[in-house]
Amino acid sequence: MDRVPILKIGQTLFVSIQIDLQDQSVVQLQEDLADELVATRATGVIIDITAVEIVDSFIGRMLATIGSISRLFDAETVLIGMRPAVAITLVELGLSLDGIRTALNAEQGLRMLNGHS
Amino acid sequence: MADFLGTNQAKVLDRWCEVASAATRGRMSQVELRSELADLYGLLISAMSSKTESAAAELRTALAGMSRSRARSGFSPGETALAVFSIKEAVYELVADAAEMVPEYLAFSRMIDDLGLHTFEAYAATREEIIRQQADAMLELSTPVVQLWDGVIGVPLVGTLDSARAQLVMEKMLDALVSTGSTHAVIDITGVPTVDTEVAQHLLKTVMAARLLGAQCTICGIRPQIAHTIVSLGIEFGDIATKATLADALGHALSTAGLKVVPA
Repeated sequence: MDRVPILKIGQTLFVSIQIDLQDQSVVQLQEDLADELVATRATGVIIDITAVEIVDSFIGRMLATIGSISRLFDAETVLIGMRPAVAITLVELGLSLDGIRTALNAEQGLRMLNGHS
Repeated sequence: MADFLGTNQAKVLDRWCEVASAATRGRMSQVELRSELADLYGLLISAMSSKTESAAAELRTALAGMSRSRARSGFSPGETALAVFSIKEAVYELVADAAEMVPEYLAFSRMIDDLGLHTFEAYAATREEIIRQQADAMLELSTPVVQLWDGVIGVPLVGTLDSARAQLVMEKMLDALVSTGSTHAVIDITGVPTVDTEVAQHLLKTVMAARLLGAQCTICGIRPQIAHTIVSLGIEFGDIATKATLADALGHALSTAGLKVVPA
């Protein structure tokens, strides 16, 4: 099973999703991220979905769940690099991802987190 | 009948020009009209005598061309069809005395009716083609995305916002946000004549999609009557920033981006 790597940059955890997400890898990612947040006491999580071309309600819910998990550890989640087609699909599905902040790229995402920490 | 038309060419053509010229009302010179009708006459005789598909097709092409060029000079499709029909009058005057020609004349008359209708159809087809091209052009022209400032794009909307256009606007705006790396988009709806719940829904979706990308939207240019409609319909724009004018919206976008404009 493919695992999504979690990188630590300063007080921020960087998750770049480069694989086709399956139920199993999503559960694994959520567990890994929770462990990592406890271990590093990071204050921010950046999820890079530049490589994600297709979303469905499952991925939408997964992103919302990751946001909720991070908030339990007092870390803010920023979603970066969403493609226009993905955004349109999410809106049409009625998922507005409340509670997750978004940024155009990694640079702006980091600035957003640092401005608040 | 073809032989008859051939031998009486000069007489029929003269009379045809005479009848048809009454309806041109100076939009076409006698010489032009005569050469147009003479071409048609020649093709008509060859189509009738050879009875081949290619000759008939040639005649129809010539009629379509005539219909187009006349439409361009301001003739109505009815006038063009009448010009074709008027050959019947010219021919009838010659065959009126000859009883044996009547059955042939009837067949000829039916054929001319078909040709007249063909000019009408060609006219309608040309019109529809033009309308389609204009609709496409309008769709392209009416959804520009402009860069107002570094990191701020503007989307001036002009015309009615239906589902197809709303989709196009959304796609173009999101693409522009990503390609320019802009964090703000100003949607100007000064040119949108009416805002109903459907249009509002499209606007809300566009703003939501932009937020998912990490950009903020400001809606501006809501005219007083439209503001009234929006409130009467109970449409809620929620936490979306709305400003009266494009200038206000740009100022808002700049200040959110941490920029300030000072006198030079």
